Amino acid sequence: MSRAWKLGADVDTDQLVPGATMKFGLDVIARHVLEAVRPDFAGGVRRGDVIVAGPNFGIGSSREQAASALVHLGVAAVVAPSYGGLYFRNAFNVGLLLLTCPQAGSIDDGEAIAFDARAGTVTRASGERLRCAPIPGFLLDMVEAGGLLAQLKANPKTRTERT
Amino acid sequence: MAASTAEPQTLAQKLVARAAGRDRVRPGEIVTCRVDLAMFHDSSGPRRLKPMLAELGARIRDKDRVVLVIDHFVPEADDEARRIVRIAREWAAEQALPHVYDGEGICHVVVPRHGHIRPGMFCVGGDSHSPTGGAFGAYMFGIGATEMLGVVITGEIWLQVPRTIFMQWNRRLADGVVAKDMMLAMIGRFGMNGGRYQAVEFCGDAVAALSMAERMTLCNMSAELGAQAGLVAPDAVTRDWLSRHGAPDVDIEPWRGDEGAAGERHEFDASTLAPQVALPHSPANVRAVGELDPVRIDVAYVGACTGAKLDDLRAAARVLAGRRVAPGVQLLVAPASVADRDEADRDGSLRQLVDAGATLLPTTCGACAGYGQAIAEGSTVISSTARNFKGRMGSASARVYLGSPYTVAASALRGRIADAREVLS
Repeated sequence: MSRAWKLGADVDTDQLVPGATMKFGLDVIARHVLEAVRPDFAGGVRRGDVIVAGPNFGIGSSREQAASALVHLGVAAVVAPSYGGLYFRNAFNVGLLLLTCPQAGSIDDGEAIAFDARAGTVTRASGERLRCAPIPGFLLDMVEAGGLLAQLKANPKTRTERT
Repeated sequence: MAASTAEPQTLAQKLVARAAGRDRVRPGEIVTCRVDLAMFHDSSGPRRLKPMLAELGARIRDKDRVVLVIDHFVPEADDEARRIVRIAREWAAEQALPHVYDGEGICHVVVPRHGHIRPGMFCVGGDSHSPTGGAFGAYMFGIGATEMLGVVITGEIWLQVPRTIFMQWNRRLADGVVAKDMMLAMIGRFGMNGGRYQAVEFCGDAVAALSMAERMTLCNMSAELGAQAGLVAPDAVTRDWLSRHGAPDVDIEPWRGDEGAAGERHEFDASTLAPQVALPHSPANVRAVGELDPVRIDVAYVGACTGAKLDDLRAAARVLAGRRVAPGVQLLVAPASVADRDEADRDGSLRQLVDAGATLLPTTCGACAGYGQAIAEGSTVISSTARNFKGRMGSASARVYLGSPYTVAASALRGRIADAREVLS
């Protein structure tokens, strides 16, 4: 089970990773993730936790640290009704699973939930099952491999083999 | 299938089809595209690519298709910035990259100014404002550093073929109302994810009448509209501009959508549009300037790829010529590129801004992204940039309003957010 950190709508990349921290490495950046909107997050998040957010998660900049900092902190997945398109690509490229779940808003802060990326489901503490939009197989493969860099390392031709 | 019975294609579909080596593509299908040009800067590029390439033991597949622009961490404000810029310069030399622009200005302006982006091309950029290239009839979008790694190694990228959203602006803009106002109006109406990561094509008489710099502003802020790409079909304006910027004789004929191509269409009357302002802390929090309660300002900022090109500098100068900014207001001008600055210098616009009390800043991203010199804590700012997220300009307590360069200049003059049309008339 994963513990949910509930956030609002329109969480942008500057909230995820403030511009002033961009000159540093991930170890420093990670300490400042979401500090303006959820100051208890960076210090309190545990490996395997999930972020549950409102619509348009990750709008804004192309800085992929806004996704890789979450991986660095051990976030297992993000569950939200919609994402910034650029963030969506970045997340899978750095090995962060995004589940597109129209009913994400019904999940409570701190709730223990389970998810199954291949089945496209999120299961609430009550047992209620929420449907997620299907994810193309090549993206699931990428995220399971740990991202594009890991995939390229394993097989430089991976990018063109797409199903 | 005979061509005559084939389904009409939008400009976006034609651009993607060409890059995918196909006659035609359908919205929603996933294709692999050959990348004609990959652009990145000091923040997204060398400092991230170099270690990953080393880790893979891989090389850049085609250096001629790569452009590096050093624009984010210059001038270097501290040791970290110096380290990042040094990596970029050393790596560029070590790799013998043929296209490097160092300290010439912001990538989205510098790269087209050197004729790198032409109608029909398929391009990616390591920056979210990369859709700016769509102003030239190229399909261009932003990607992150890891995906850029894949592009420079393989020369390819996957894409879900976008649907097209047509933003049709009829009639003509009034004097003192510009592309920035059009974009704020659209973002205010449709929201920051209103583009749903599809392609937005700007069209209609008001768009056809815009200069290239203004078309770049439209496509640039497609990012804030949540589109993957913003497009303007190339025409004589495009061809003439490119012929003066290192790309003579481009073929524009193939690069327009077919009559009757499917897409969502929204129509606007440009002639009735008033100057628009986005309130803190979202570019979608938009009102017409006349609907605002009085807002006193401390800082007026003309800057960024969005709002400090030659046309933007001229607009601000037109408002401020022969006048002085209000007491207590700091007017900061950071031209988008050295070329824009020099042209504004030659035509007298820069002198008019300085005489009005402007402080000139380096031709880099600067305060727009909170890099380098930041805006003071607690300030109220009116800015010609693209984003006013909380903390974006480097100060968590600053309140940033977005407007056109006309609005920024008029506000500097009055000491409060003001309608430039009152000054111009």
